[in-house]
Amino acid sequence: MRITCPYCGERALDEFTYRGDATVKRPDSLDENTAEAWVDYVYLRDNPAGPHKELWHHGAGCHAWLEVTRDTVTHEILDVAFARKGC
Amino acid sequence: MRYSIASLVANALTGNRNWKPVWREPEPKPAYDVVIVGGGGHGLATAHYLAKEHGITNVAVIDKSYLGSGNVGRNTTIVRSNYLLPENEPFYEWSMKLWEGLEQDLNYNTMVSQRGVLNVFHSDGQRDAFVRRGNAMLLHGADAQLLDREQVRTLVPFIDFDNARFPVRGGLLQPRGGTVRHDAVIWGYARSADTLGVDIIQNCAATGFRIENGRILGVETERGFIGAKTVALSVAGSSGRVAQMAGLRLPVESHALQAFVTEGIKPLLDTVITFGAGHFYCSQSDKGGLVFGGDIEGYNSYAQRGNLPAVEDVAEGGMALMPAIGRLRILRSWAGLLDMSMDGSPIMDHTPVEGLYFNGGWCYGGFKATPAAGWCFAHLIATGQPHPHATAYRFDRFGTGRVIDEKGVGAQPNLH
Amino acid sequence: MAGRQTNRLRGHGLVDQGTTVSFRFDGQQLTGHPGDTLASALLANGIRLVGRSFKYHRPRGILTAGSEEPNALVELRQGARREPNTRATTIELYDGLEAASQNRWPSLKADLLSLNQLAAPLLGAGFYYKTFMWPAAFWEKLYEPMIRRAAGLGYPSKQADPDSYEKTNAFCDVLVIGAGPAGLSAALAAAKAGARVILCDEDFALGGRLLSERGDVDGESGAPGRRPRRPNSSPPDCRILRRTTVFGAYDGGVYAAVERVSDHLPVPPEHAPRQRLWRIVAKQAIVCAGAFERPIVFGDNDRPGVMLAGAVRTYVNRFGVAPGQNAVIFADNDAALRTATDLADAGLTVQAIVDPRPQGSAAAEQVAAGTGALYLRGVIEKVRGAHGVRVVGVRDNQGGTRTIKCDLLAISGGWNPALNLTTHLGGKPRWDDSRACLVPGDLPAGMRVAGAAVGEVSTEACLASGEAAGAGAARDCGFSPSAPSRPAPDRQIAPATPVWQVETGRGKAFVDSQNDVAVSDVKLAAREGFRVPDHVKRYTTLGMATDQGKTSNLNGAAILAEATGRYLGAVGSTTFRPPYTPVSIGALAGHHRGTDFRPTRLTPSHRWAEEQGAVFVEVGMWMRALMFPRPEESAQETVNREVANTRAHVGVCDVSTLGKIDVQGTDAAAFLDKVYINGFSKLAVGKARYGLMLREDGFAMDDGTTARLAEDHFYMTTTTANAVRVSQHLEFCQEVLWPELDVQTVSATEQWAQYAVAGPNARAVIAALLDSGQDISNDAFPYMACGTFKICGGVPARLFRLSFSGELAYEIGVPARYGDGLIRAIMDAGAAHGIAPYGTEALGVMRIEKGHAAGPELNGQTTAHDLGLGRMMSKKKDFVGRFLGEREALNEPARAALVGLKPLDPKVRVSAGAHLVPKGADAVAANDQGYVTSQAYSPELKSFVALAMLSNGPARHGEVLKVCDPLRGSETLAEVCSPHFVDPDGERLRV
Repeated sequence: MRITCPYCGERALDEFTYRGDATVKRPDSLDENTAEAWVDYVYLRDNPAGPHKELWHHGAGCHAWLEVTRDTVTHEILDVAFARKGC
Repeated sequence: MRYSIASLVANALTGNRNWKPVWREPEPKPAYDVVIVGGGGHGLATAHYLAKEHGITNVAVIDKSYLGSGNVGRNTTIVRSNYLLPENEPFYEWSMKLWEGLEQDLNYNTMVSQRGVLNVFHSDGQRDAFVRRGNAMLLHGADAQLLDREQVRTLVPFIDFDNARFPVRGGLLQPRGGTVRHDAVIWGYARSADTLGVDIIQNCAATGFRIENGRILGVETERGFIGAKTVALSVAGSSGRVAQMAGLRLPVESHALQAFVTEGIKPLLDTVITFGAGHFYCSQSDKGGLVFGGDIEGYNSYAQRGNLPAVEDVAEGGMALMPAIGRLRILRSWAGLLDMSMDGSPIMDHTPVEGLYFNGGWCYGGFKATPAAGWCFAHLIATGQPHPHATAYRFDRFGTGRVIDEKGVGAQPNLH
Repeated sequence: MAGRQTNRLRGHGLVDQGTTVSFRFDGQQLTGHPGDTLASALLANGIRLVGRSFKYHRPRGILTAGSEEPNALVELRQGARREPNTRATTIELYDGLEAASQNRWPSLKADLLSLNQLAAPLLGAGFYYKTFMWPAAFWEKLYEPMIRRAAGLGYPSKQADPDSYEKTNAFCDVLVIGAGPAGLSAALAAAKAGARVILCDEDFALGGRLLSERGDVDGESGAPGRRPRRPNSSPPDCRILRRTTVFGAYDGGVYAAVERVSDHLPVPPEHAPRQRLWRIVAKQAIVCAGAFERPIVFGDNDRPGVMLAGAVRTYVNRFGVAPGQNAVIFADNDAALRTATDLADAGLTVQAIVDPRPQGSAAAEQVAAGTGALYLRGVIEKVRGAHGVRVVGVRDNQGGTRTIKCDLLAISGGWNPALNLTTHLGGKPRWDDSRACLVPGDLPAGMRVAGAAVGEVSTEACLASGEAAGAGAARDCGFSPSAPSRPAPDRQIAPATPVWQVETGRGKAFVDSQNDVAVSDVKLAAREGFRVPDHVKRYTTLGMATDQGKTSNLNGAAILAEATGRYLGAVGSTTFRPPYTPVSIGALAGHHRGTDFRPTRLTPSHRWAEEQGAVFVEVGMWMRALMFPRPEESAQETVNREVANTRAHVGVCDVSTLGKIDVQGTDAAAFLDKVYINGFSKLAVGKARYGLMLREDGFAMDDGTTARLAEDHFYMTTTTANAVRVSQHLEFCQEVLWPELDVQTVSATEQWAQYAVAGPNARAVIAALLDSGQDISNDAFPYMACGTFKICGGVPARLFRLSFSGELAYEIGVPARYGDGLIRAIMDAGAAHGIAPYGTEALGVMRIEKGHAAGPELNGQTTAHDLGLGRMMSKKKDFVGRFLGEREALNEPARAALVGLKPLDPKVRVSAGAHLVPKGADAVAANDQGYVTSQAYSPELKSFVALAMLSNGPARHGEVLKVCDPLRGSETLAEVCSPHFVDPDGERLRV
């Protein structure tokens, strides 16, 4: 598998580390009514068979966190973008 | 037909023409008391114990492919009960005890080989952590021995003791650990469950669940609807996509794990050995091949295959530990799909859907858990109550914080 | 005997018959020629019996001439270089080669375990699942050792592999796999179009089947001796890798190949690897791997002297070797007739052509007439000759039988495309009825298949299909290939009429000869309900041998189809997985073994510490000084001395391995508030603060101190173990969670050398380093102060008044290039003050004496509460881990929390890893209340001490517990106490 980093270009899989689902949103920790949302955010995953938006870190390159869209069945990489929006 | 040396001889004398199918190939009935989704080790063990221990025989096991096509036939066959945490150790020790009596229980030689599982350590800190775990095992009535470097050398003389980046300083040995012939586990459980009246239905993928008013009514399959009072999911690796059909989100990610086997060679390695400075575990099969593996691939996957970095990493671990294996050749690699849970420990529980039970999240530990998982899941299904050895494997632990994190890496499935 | 190559065809073949090389097989001295394989050389010497089979120890010879060989496996080389199970058909002959047959005792000709054959009816498929169960304990003691000794084939070396391996990367537009007619043609077409091409072939010579067949190509003679044209002159960019097997296809156009750099030599040349792993990244790949000829299955079909017809041509045409003098051909296809012609043209006798096809073949009849052979419509039903074919029995289609004397039986059941690489990424082969074989199905993106691998038969068709694929691949890479020079191959072929097996009552008919899987085994499996190919494979072991069923899988499926009354095309197949042929573990590991297994990171003071005679220890990738022993000291004495000296005078320790992260930006303080449980925005410039980080699930992740160097500039330290993880975590927080904050983080671990100078005399030592005019008095530079100073004549240094040891202490940091100079300067400056270096062992003792948590306590399972730091958790701000960290289960008193332990007998060590039970209680799980994390001997207390995690621990100071270490057979009584053993109020650090 090879990932095309927007900074560094196409690089080998072992330059990156994987974190997981990029679609989960961190709730507000000061809002006491977010208990369920926190369990969702930290522990529950859609884990789809098919396209999956996920976070990768280019640790052996530019150190950017990337949002990669990848098919979990074919391993085809459909899109790569910076996780930091507006970059 | 009962298997024995006598039956072998009798059949040999008649040209082996009278052997009967190990299991029937029945058409699915319209409804069952229990439908188990997943004809892997756990599903078939569950069926066996439901029938044998609880007298529940109006049971079907359905599988999308052939029996044992998932992880039970894709692992490195290691069994052990060398766990640290009190939520885990009694469960795996119970599994170990069931392994020890399995052949007699099933009348099938599953080749339970208690050749020992040796975890080597490389630093004082690692030794202390292993001692803590070894003591936990002993406190729970399991077996464990702490070996010094020379005792490790006696067991595995060709470890790199002289030139290692991370020298081996000793090891934690569980003598009762070992290996089991994985396919035999499947066939043995299937044969027994079938004999006890369970319908085993291959090539019958679940395509949906019929749920009304929060209660399960049955399973939609490729071969039509099958009604059921109770539906039990035992589809580790595919838990995500199967649970999705019932509208459940799980604390689980699917990850691929590769395994490897070398060409057959005369006896070399008499124990199961794991490396402590990388992820590498290895044993030698009775057929002669070294069977080994390492880390999961690290990214969500439903493809039963892996990539080159994990292959290289495993080989590097192997060579760092045992440089004598350099000229041995890998003849096959393959991959299984693991349910990597958020704390590295399994889940065996009711679901929010009444009558729908879940067994999954086994991470690397599914094969060794097979008998106890079947035993405890059958208990849960039959009684509605968790088995005493599996009370902690609940969904709600993620909400309460009573997580069972052997490695202490947190909610990051690919690190467990 | 030596040197008599009785079966060499003088003047035939591509080997260099003018040069002779010597080799030994089973101790027998023999000769061959450069260009031979071990197999061809053995055949040249008239040796047909080369091995014994797995289960029945049947005598076996050479079936093929390639890497698919199931039978002719030998132990190659000796001593530490011994390689079991090496295929004689792929070993390039070299002078001095040593090989031995395997799986036989006492000798190849008289093998005791061949008696197993007598028990064959008992040893059918899966027999071991039905017996060996009584008594249970006998499995490990008797049955399994017996089975293990009988199983396996060759003996492994038990010595470290003396050779080296390496890895390399390569990038290309078009990777061509296989250099037969299709591959050469594809490479040429792609390279001509301007594509960067890599062409790999597993053989040591290019040409594939062109090396084995006679015939004309483009008007040039196809006589043996012709060199295939290599695409090497005009196209500039075609890298040709011989002896290189592409063994795996991976995601994203990554292909793995192994190059056998030195396997054709007695030992690798100096500085050369034995093998090299290639990671090839290809935009397009063309699989031109050819095809495997398949046998026909019949009784005793495993006798030495039974050989695939195509392999016979290879031995005759390429190697100039007669695999036999009197041949019989048994084939269901006309392509195999070339074998008869080639044998006859080489002056050998073809006794008969046996044709099992119901309709017969005019071409076969014609060839038989031309070669003086009998043409018999019928089948081979028996083969006699224990150690080699002597006689074959033919049953003709009228039911008549006859025997024919011969020493070679050339067989062919057609060809199976070598489509293995097309399935590695999940592709499923497709059944082709007219060709009667599996052909590649859906292909992964960027992969093409050409030539025999896609089912082409003729050389012309292979050349044309290769050219088309090469041009197509180049086009897909953006090049403009010229129009094809060859017409598209005619894809109309005569439908095959395959004969999979011959029903005979006698003699075991082997499907998978290496694993001794016979037709009867497949049928037994089907009878017992194992009806899918994967079940049959697992139950009978068909296709699980070193050749992975290359010559047996399809025959097995056909027999299964027949046994279960199904259409072969619907039976399915097992899956080919990497590697294509077996690959050494050494090649996959490359240099990463021994001390090069992982990088070694050295601290700036490493050389200096070596000079002091330090003992080092691995800490992650780092090597750190464990202690600095003096002559005649025991390890305990050294540590005691280093601790005592530090506490009494002053000590110095390299702490450069701690993670160091530079945090800058106008929102740097706000950012730190979010990653630490405690606040940093109110930290004054010039001050440092201890901080604890949690994971988002509320458990402790790491701790350390962070200093505020300027309003918008912080300098964070992490533990050594977590340096990389914390750095990555900060980047996550910054880029993903709070991208709106103006903050940047960068790891500075390698950029700064840092030393802890600790002890009552520390200030004097540091002061002596400072350039004049700088004040570090307690008032000017109090505890937890930080600042930038000039030392040693203008070198900028960061000074932090931090203490891990509990003494008056400083950490002083300089750019890493000054690290070596600084340690020497510190030692010089400290000489007058009694300075001595201390290692990580003494560091550990002092931190235990002070009750500081470190790795054993920060084990990922503990919370702020457990570490006694619960009150640090801010209630007012958002931070990572805040919400889930407040869950009740993470804070309840019953949780195991940090305490100190003092043994009642101070001379008794408290074992780290021991568990804690109430005094007087049994050491069983129900009584387990905690565990010992760290232990040390405290020179100050003159007692062993320990840290532990104990249920409800902080409330139990003063209680006596039993410390149980059943693993080491010890039990001790110890008193629970505060973890702060030394200077609990911290007076020393503030002086």
